Amino acid sequence: MATQERMFGASIKRREDPRLITGKGNYVDDVKLPGTTYAAFIRSPHAHARIVSIDSGAALKLPGVLAVYTGKEMADSGVKPIPVGWLLPNIKIPAHMPLAVDRARYMGECVAVVIAESPYLAKDAAELVQVEYDVLPAAVEGIDAIKPGAAKVHDEIADNVCFRWTLGDKAAADAAFKGAAKVVKQHFVNHRLIPNAIETRSMLASANPGTGEVTLWLNSQNPHVHRLLMAAFILGMPEHKLRVISPDVGGGFGSKIFIYPEECILTWATRKLLRPIKWSAERREAFMTDAHGRDHVTDAEMALDASGRITGLRVSTVANLGAYVSLFGPAVPTYLYGTMVSGCYQIPAIHVDVAGVLTNTTPVDAYRGAGRPEACYLIERLADLAAHAVGQDRLEFRRKNFIPKESFPYQTPVAVMYDSGNYPGALDKALKILDLPRFQVEQEEARKAGRLLGIGYSTYVEACGLAPSQVAGALGAQAGLYESATVRVHPTAKVTVFTGSHSHGQGHETTFAQIAADELQMPMEDIEIVHGDTGIVPFGMGSYGSRSGPVGGSAIFMSAQKIKEKAKKIAAHLLEANEADVTFEGGKFAVKGSPDRFKTFGDVALMAYLAHNLPKGLEPGLEALSFFDPGNFVFPFGTHIAVVEILRETGEIKLVRYIAVDDLGRVINPMIVDGMVHGGIAQGVSQALWEAASYDESGQLLTGSMMNYALPHAHDMISLELDRTETPSPVNPLGVKGAGETGTIASTPAVANAVMDALAPLGIKHLDMPFSPGRVWEAMRAAGRTQGGI
Amino acid sequence: MGQVSLTVNGTVRANEVEPRLLLVHYLRETLNLTGTHIGCDTSQCGACTILLDGKAVKSCSLFAVQCEGAQITTIEGLAKDGKLHAMQTGFWEQHGLQCGFCTPGMILSSCALLKENPDPTEEQIRMGLEGNICRCTGYHNIVKAVQHAAVALRKEG
Repeated sequence: MATQERMFGASIKRREDPRLITGKGNYVDDVKLPGTTYAAFIRSPHAHARIVSIDSGAALKLPGVLAVYTGKEMADSGVKPIPVGWLLPNIKIPAHMPLAVDRARYMGECVAVVIAESPYLAKDAAELVQVEYDVLPAAVEGIDAIKPGAAKVHDEIADNVCFRWTLGDKAAADAAFKGAAKVVKQHFVNHRLIPNAIETRSMLASANPGTGEVTLWLNSQNPHVHRLLMAAFILGMPEHKLRVISPDVGGGFGSKIFIYPEECILTWATRKLLRPIKWSAERREAFMTDAHGRDHVTDAEMALDASGRITGLRVSTVANLGAYVSLFGPAVPTYLYGTMVSGCYQIPAIHVDVAGVLTNTTPVDAYRGAGRPEACYLIERLADLAAHAVGQDRLEFRRKNFIPKESFPYQTPVAVMYDSGNYPGALDKALKILDLPRFQVEQEEARKAGRLLGIGYSTYVEACGLAPSQVAGALGAQAGLYESATVRVHPTAKVTVFTGSHSHGQGHETTFAQIAADELQMPMEDIEIVHGDTGIVPFGMGSYGSRSGPVGGSAIFMSAQKIKEKAKKIAAHLLEANEADVTFEGGKFAVKGSPDRFKTFGDVALMAYLAHNLPKGLEPGLEALSFFDPGNFVFPFGTHIAVVEILRETGEIKLVRYIAVDDLGRVINPMIVDGMVHGGIAQGVSQALWEAASYDESGQLLTGSMMNYALPHAHDMISLELDRTETPSPVNPLGVKGAGETGTIASTPAVANAVMDALAPLGIKHLDMPFSPGRVWEAMRAAGRTQGGI
Repeated sequence: MGQVSLTVNGTVRANEVEPRLLLVHYLRETLNLTGTHIGCDTSQCGACTILLDGKAVKSCSLFAVQCEGAQITTIEGLAKDGKLHAMQTGFWEQHGLQCGFCTPGMILSSCALLKENPDPTEEQIRMGLEGNICRCTGYHNIVKAVQHAAVALRKEG
């Protein structure tokens, strides 16, 4: 066999696509078991209410209704609260029972469940369950919930403050502000978002009465984490008796990481009823109950010297956590946010304080980017405001304050050490694509004609592949952050790779096979990638935080090395040669200098299992398990540029151009990476322009469906202009950085800065997102009264 | 119970159904054609789009009994004799899908779009897919997939 072309770096068409484009995908709701029953949940219509009584009599009389369970029944059976996966010092964690026991604390919280023979019947029966509520006052906005006299979400937490957390050197930051030539201050609202994977949460739980094992099909981004937490902490069942299978998953964006009440309830109930139980969320339920994202209110200030160098940064944030502390809810506005506020700038002194606040709203947790979009938005908006304040060009200001290329690894004052970077390199490339001089002429002409054309820059850095486990543990993580991979070579030299990462659209069956094919020098067709099943994958932490490539991919690389080492031993033995004299090229083990003396990979694999002639003491078989625990995060970076035009008559904003130059380290499959960047950009642009979750003052979710929550459609977006620079990461053997979230992180401030640039002639310096036509029009009108703008 | 008889992917089907059974549930549950997906309750997302007498229709918005005598094509019926439809090829070639959940509806809507306008501009493609939401791709490669298919279909004539 000739040496095959290297797969790493090639835009291989996705191997998962043939089934997905022909309707042969296998999502949870497609899984069918005989005798399946269906759940329907009775949810609180109030943001905050005492549950006075639940009358399920009429529902139970309906033929075909098997059971109605309440929170009291579940708690009495010994079910424990849903645990939290990241603990901070002095954090107060209120009990979160899967079914509310005596009080409902957000609109949509599960109060009871009906199990019936058909889904339609279950919904009919749910309508018949009578719940009497005593409605209580609600705390809705984070900044209101900490005011004296606010409604108490949990009686035991008098001030609604779940935690207060600080990072950085306060004295140094205060000193920087004392000595500053200029200080720029801004109040920022980074509003709440609702993830909206197109496949809603879906599950099917089935107990085997013979073995006592429960199989739970669940669209989870991390099935092993689900199994561990549900078994060990919530349901009190042996971990090995619970199998979680996450087949094809229709998007996640964070929302399918967390332990939700419904999977606990179904797994518990199937053990009682000994019938399979299925439930798939309606979209309205997804809006009410999938963990929301963002929701920060921040006061930030930047200190500058006379030359426009940043000397200090102070950030004070109130993060709305919702009614209960979600799995990684405490980590998102702290270690994933405060650590990244330095952006790509040298800032000698930084101090961050964050209050995590409980409110009568849907729990908030990681949504694509998770903390880093909030940090990036903050620092990139401040960079524009500061440049304006010191009278410098925004690009000149950024270049002056960039961490220089030769300073990596770079230790920030907020705990993290950036692995590698070349910030001016990405900026230069993006400006070249833009053709800045030409754009400047266009903008000048537009402004002369009274048109509001603006450009925004986001020179971003972000952190992914959270690691190492020891450090994460010291900071409060209740889990390790490594990833596992088993490479199993079969006797016929076909290979199965079992990975603890999980794909919900990222194309792992393709990219992971590319890694293994290169290392084992065999065609991709001979390699199967298996994920998402705790029954067959040894262990795994799953996919989130753009970790699958850097952490999961590296674990596969490690196992492949172990396979090659053992195979080489066997080959050397068969060839009666010294191991040091055996080479592995083109899928053959050959003796150096005697290319005709060789054994194919197939010969070696077969002998590993026949075991008729193995080196003394070597175990038969050819299989390797590795856990890769990286020494650090990886830090992708780049420059995004947005060009927008605002229509004076309506306040409507049109995206005119969007350029993204990302540095994601080495890239395994450029086509797949580009696709993730496209999608990420759409989500980030959408936060700036369209999407926002909205509650009224009583805690009713006003944006509860796709009719009133503005997801981007095809005609809202434009074709995007992408390019890359490549600065390999030293943190993992593949040199890769994460690619799944950069688009979302970088794009929101790029668009926000463009909108503010467009409005600059009217004297408008800052507006909060989303820049809806109404908000922009109002601002233009208000400015017009003083500036003659409109 | 009501009766419905219709043709799905070339096969005549006749079933006794609840009058309130939605067409999408009939396809997924009664006929086990699970390629048609459900993504919302308000007929916004378009994941359940099928072709009904050649027109792109959201199958969550019809009762099965309303489709008496209809000719329905679902994603399972698009490839013919083991050969992918040009639209399926377009989505594969241009990486027009990631999680794949919106894809069946997106592909069938795109087929209907090209039937009405075999040579659409980018703007016409974007407006034509107004009824389908994708959360993964930012639509960039979906547009390219439809353009790819348009070229192929025009060549096929």
